[in-house]
Amino acid sequence: MPGHQQFSNVSLEERAYRIRRYALRMGEVQGQGYIAQALGFADVLAVLYFHAATYKPEDPEWEGRDRIYLSIGHYAIALYAAMIEAGILPENELETYGGDGSRMPMSGMAAYTPGMEITGGSLGQGLGIAVGTALGLRRKDSQRFVYNLLSDGELGEGSTWEAAMSAAHHKLSNLIAVVDFNNQQADGPSQEMLCSEPLTSKWEAFGWHTQRVDGNNIAAVAEAFDKARSCEDDKPRVIICDTKMAKGVPFLEQRDRNHFLRVEADEWEKAIEILDGAQAK
Amino acid sequence: MTARLSKYDPRPPVPKGQRLKTSAMIASLADEGMRTLAAPFGQALNKLAESNDKIVGITADLAKYTDIHVFRDKYPDRFYQMGMAEQVMISAAAGLAREGFTPFATTYAVFASRRAYDFICMAIAEEALDVKIVCALPGLTTGYGPSHQATEDIAIFRGLPNMTVVDPCCATDIMQATRAIADYKGPVYMRLLRGNVPDVLSEYGYEFELGKAKIVRDGADVLFISTGLMTMRVLEVSKKLASDRIDCGVLHVPTVKPLDVETIRREAAREGRLVVVAENHTTVGGLGEAVAGELMRNGIFPRFRQIALPDAFLDAGALPTLHDRYGLSVKAVLRQVKDWLGE
Repeated sequence: MPGHQQFSNVSLEERAYRIRRYALRMGEVQGQGYIAQALGFADVLAVLYFHAATYKPEDPEWEGRDRIYLSIGHYAIALYAAMIEAGILPENELETYGGDGSRMPMSGMAAYTPGMEITGGSLGQGLGIAVGTALGLRRKDSQRFVYNLLSDGELGEGSTWEAAMSAAHHKLSNLIAVVDFNNQQADGPSQEMLCSEPLTSKWEAFGWHTQRVDGNNIAAVAEAFDKARSCEDDKPRVIICDTKMAKGVPFLEQRDRNHFLRVEADEWEKAIEILDGAQAK
Repeated sequence: MTARLSKYDPRPPVPKGQRLKTSAMIASLADEGMRTLAAPFGQALNKLAESNDKIVGITADLAKYTDIHVFRDKYPDRFYQMGMAEQVMISAAAGLAREGFTPFATTYAVFASRRAYDFICMAIAEEALDVKIVCALPGLTTGYGPSHQATEDIAIFRGLPNMTVVDPCCATDIMQATRAIADYKGPVYMRLLRGNVPDVLSEYGYEFELGKAKIVRDGADVLFISTGLMTMRVLEVSKKLASDRIDCGVLHVPTVKPLDVETIRREAAREGRLVVVAENHTTVGGLGEAVAGELMRNGIFPRFRQIALPDAFLDAGALPTLHDRYGLSVKAVLRQVKDWLGE
């Protein structure tokens, strides 16, 4: 079955730019947030939503969809941006982000948002749920994939590795884990908090088909997703994406503590101008 | 209760004939001469699975000790062995439920309530997914000590929104409860007695209904409000007290949450009875406190007493001794109730 994106002429670069732009506009509503993650992960999300995944924007619970699980609940801002671009969420609700009664709370919740499949946020849960979903899809003879989005910081949670072992044991070739490796977490660089390297050999040793790519190189990311979907191995697949926090807005990229960014009121417009300028080139 | 000896105090040898076995995982709760049924949960699940192909089984290396091995053997392709990994076992149950299946997930009560709590909370309860968590060794049903004694599991799961909490008494109760929770759409935590389980309630014309407390016997002097295996015990106590012309009623409350508040209020409000809540659980946060809170909020003030485990990490040892020590045995309940009646 073809992915939704393949009917479109819009380039993945253009998609990523728009995802970043929506994320910045949402960030401006709250004045702060996980904006650096959203900017860093936008290229991967562009590939996921506009190259790899199958879904119907008007029917987020369509049985024939690929399941997309946001284990990293705090990346909700990034997923909302991608889902606005995908037509799953309406752009005109963007200003409600994080507010009372909004369908777009700060941390992703399944009960609040169309297209937000699970309530992530308690890190270390998504991969285990994806294991069960992959088993369930197999029971139903479904050809769909379950994508679980996790982060390098989350790899500190032991339950992730329990799930990794389990996915390999059950030969879940319909499970694709995507690790955003931006080397930042709440207290600082993730490799200084709890080192998870060497990551490629670690996932391989756990029995996974493993790829590591520059997560801000759209062509490389797209190729990795293609390989993950098409390879014949009876193993679960992981794509480790090295990304740059706040990618695309240099003055934010340079802030060394950018896990939860505070951005001055006048800087949002400046950030959007920089994005627009780069895109115009 | 005697003070625990130091681990450096040598113990005297025990003569043959006086040795009590720990009988940890296979501890039978059946008194001599009691009728028992083998693996009532597994048998009931198999029966349900015949007509409901959405039912799947999942466990974390405890199929044999939670009686779900009966289901595994009959439906091997509907059974998932997840290994010694309760967090992924529970998460995977959530994933299976998301895809339209009804997983019965089994482990020991300590591992569900302690190890896997956050996963039950966020992956299952928060979204009210249709997962049944069925756990052996509830409360004090093993002599292995605190690592295996889930003395606070009801308190933990009572505090969890969306969660239904069931504590059946005997084989009949377990079989009927298994059917009832399968029919109910939503998350359930059920405490399980496994192996050769005494069958007690069938002789009282009892029938399990989810969310309902049932009067198993009526009596004018004492009202026992009990759950789980303690209903078995207070029924025995009631028989013994009857010979002393003390007339005991037993209200069995297998669904601890949501509580059948109407029946409890009505029965507790009847004049002249000592109300004794009995549970295989710590005094903290279980049926006793649930009933007390309900009665207080409604201005019902009977003489109220609690039979429950102390707020402590309990001893290892032989189960019958431990039940005597901590007040759950027939003998201990009898003595306690007589004391209260004599006050």
